[in-house]
Amino acid sequence: MQVEHAVEHAHPQLGFWRKYVFSTDHKIIGLQYLITAMAMAVIGGLLSMLMRLQLAWPSAAYPMLAKLMPDTFVGPGIMKAEFYVSLVTMHGTIMVFFLFTAVLTGAFGNFLIPLQIGARDMAFPFLNALSYWVFLLSCIVIVSALFVTTGAPLGGWTAYAPLSAVGQPSGPGEGLGMTLWLVALALFTASGLMGGLNYVTTILTMRTKGLSMMRLPLTQWSLLITAILGLLAFPVLLAAAILLSFDRMGGTSFFIPSGVYLESHLLANTGGHPLLWQHLFWFFGHPEVYIVILPAMGMASDILSTFCRKPVFSYKMMVYSMVAIAGLSFIVWGHHMFVSGMSPFLGSVFTMTTLIIAVPSAVKTFNWLGTVWGARIRFTAAALFSIGFISIFVSGGLSGIFLGTSAADIYLQDTYFVVAHFHLVMAIAPLFAAFAGIYYWFPKMFGRFMNETLGKIHFWLSFVGVYAVFFPMHILGITGHMRRIYDPLFYDFLKQDKGINIFISISAFALAASQLIFLANFFVSIFAGRRVKENNPWHATTLEWETPCPTGHGNFGAELPVVERWAFDYSVPGAKNDFVPQTVPQGAERL
Amino acid sequence: MATVTQPETARSAGAPPTWPTVPRGGGGGGGESESSFPVSSKELAIWLLLTGIAMLFGGFASAFIVLRGVPSWESVHLPGLVWVNTAILLLSSVTLERARRANKKDHTGSIRRWLAFTAILGVVFVGGQIDVWRKLSAEGMQLASNLHGSFFYVLSGIHAVHILGGLIALFLVMRKAWSGKINSRNLEPLRLCATYWHFMGGVWLLLLVLLVIS
Repeated sequence: MQVEHAVEHAHPQLGFWRKYVFSTDHKIIGLQYLITAMAMAVIGGLLSMLMRLQLAWPSAAYPMLAKLMPDTFVGPGIMKAEFYVSLVTMHGTIMVFFLFTAVLTGAFGNFLIPLQIGARDMAFPFLNALSYWVFLLSCIVIVSALFVTTGAPLGGWTAYAPLSAVGQPSGPGEGLGMTLWLVALALFTASGLMGGLNYVTTILTMRTKGLSMMRLPLTQWSLLITAILGLLAFPVLLAAAILLSFDRMGGTSFFIPSGVYLESHLLANTGGHPLLWQHLFWFFGHPEVYIVILPAMGMASDILSTFCRKPVFSYKMMVYSMVAIAGLSFIVWGHHMFVSGMSPFLGSVFTMTTLIIAVPSAVKTFNWLGTVWGARIRFTAAALFSIGFISIFVSGGLSGIFLGTSAADIYLQDTYFVVAHFHLVMAIAPLFAAFAGIYYWFPKMFGRFMNETLGKIHFWLSFVGVYAVFFPMHILGITGHMRRIYDPLFYDFLKQDKGINIFISISAFALAASQLIFLANFFVSIFAGRRVKENNPWHATTLEWETPCPTGHGNFGAELPVVERWAFDYSVPGAKNDFVPQTVPQGAERL
Repeated sequence: MATVTQPETARSAGAPPTWPTVPRGGGGGGGESESSFPVSSKELAIWLLLTGIAMLFGGFASAFIVLRGVPSWESVHLPGLVWVNTAILLLSSVTLERARRANKKDHTGSIRRWLAFTAILGVVFVGGQIDVWRKLSAEGMQLASNLHGSFFYVLSGIHAVHILGGLIALFLVMRKAWSGKINSRNLEPLRLCATYWHFMGGVWLLLLVLLVIS
């Protein structure tokens, strides 16, 4: 079916603003999330470049940067320590919430859910649009925190109390900057709840005829489970943020204990407990890790299956593993707090629950290997990024076993070993899955292909780049290199790490530069990429490939598809083609 | 491709295209059955919303339980008006339930009367809570004076905000009732509103157990 002007046909009477800006169409909202998250990625990435500059060459002068940001550099252009810590804080916050959560659930969730379940839109399209606009507002608020004259927030993305609770006196960015951080997170939470409610409702109640739960693509399962996790976890963060706001602005003492001196002045607060913040934050924080990684797992599974031309190995176990990971994610938060004075017995309980998560994770990994095993893989950019996702997930996951064990964690806590671990497992791995998703669904989004050669160059530079950046960090961590420190050369025992830090920084700059290839490929391809001439260019099985590229409003025209089979009928013996779409009736594949 | 035929509905010029309602949960039967998902999208959404609210108050409750064990904890005596307010909120659940039953029987006058009673009781509850805060403040118990008092102010305040949200929903239902759109063929708006309202009543009772009895 020729589809070039499908969107125009479906929107004959809507103007530009209603069609592309204030739209309630899930696909447009998905793309809005995608573009906004990409902008946030650029901001978060630039912040990390500044951090790497400081870590490799501490106390070096950067007169040019000092001219651009006069408040954050001193003397001939040396970065202020406070600015460095705010870079750490803002990089972490922007990347965790406003990139990874937004791109994996916001962008792909919105774009794919109705398409893959055979629905015309989300259950509540207006709520969906509202979710995006509140998200955009939260992005504006968090970015504005960078420009506050009193300083950007600097308490880390975890905003540990009591520093975060006592306000401006605890640091230059802990005043208005921290308030904006809290407002941004509250808005983000509200947006996430609106989205999550919509996702669960849509997937459960709007599947087309024949699409039973066990016929859903794994992307849909992962988005469903993620949305449920979000609905259960984000409100707890909101509760903590509300209590923290009252401590900051109302003078309450929820997180501020008795006897705290600030600038030689005894605070009047009594009775609070800073560890309470950590418990509430990590009760949300660990499920948040899976809110990021589960959609990545689902998307990588589906994309791998398509390009391996094989059914995903052990579909049911893939589903059950995700359910198990999601359930366990609520009883492991204490492993972030092994050195908080926690009872060793309780620590051993959290060690046990944490290590149990390795079981469903390993099941998934072996199933991915089973999917790839013996396959004639079509090495497209999307396939490469999916395979890269597995590699990086395993690399990051293995170090998690060390960190989940309290005895080892007590040594490695707050070192670069932790930085290496979480960057690989919950940042780079999801990022690779997101790249895979973009290369894979780009034809469906824009009716054009991204350039495959550039995509492969992007993959290899990124793949080598991320290992060059993050693998040496394990070594730094084992030498005792603390995270969040402004000047490693201040400590004699870290002077030996100078060479590694320089290597990491140069690798990071190269890695960042290689992302420009992706950005150029993405934006140029929207307008000048090779046109897609068929609905199903990858010869995939799921329902979105029954629709035109790009898909018009209403997705399926006047008729909704009926699902006749599961989502992984690749290389079916006796079938005419090596893929059988979900809409082909049983037996008809042989005709 | 097998398809479900659905005629496109007419739409006025300038309005976004509208599509016929998608058969809900047709996939529930996995192709062997036409059975729908057992609850409607809106009903599921309301329960998901309530799950989120339960987790929000669960977070507050766990914070309260943790800090309740701190040695410097001092309990605050709350004004007796709290109990009056609680009775009013519970009574509002009863009146709303009467409205829901009247809805089933198409007793338009009763629906309107009981909805109006519920709204009045809801407003009185919020006003009563504000009066409790004023009484506490007059007794010297400010927001930051004492942890127990802080919890009371914050938790009852957040709960009152949720009741105000319920009142907005209630006023929307009342508008439908006054325009004759609520009847035995359209039970859902009132049922969803009642579900939320009763749930928030239950949340208040649990908060009361925490804040007063403990």
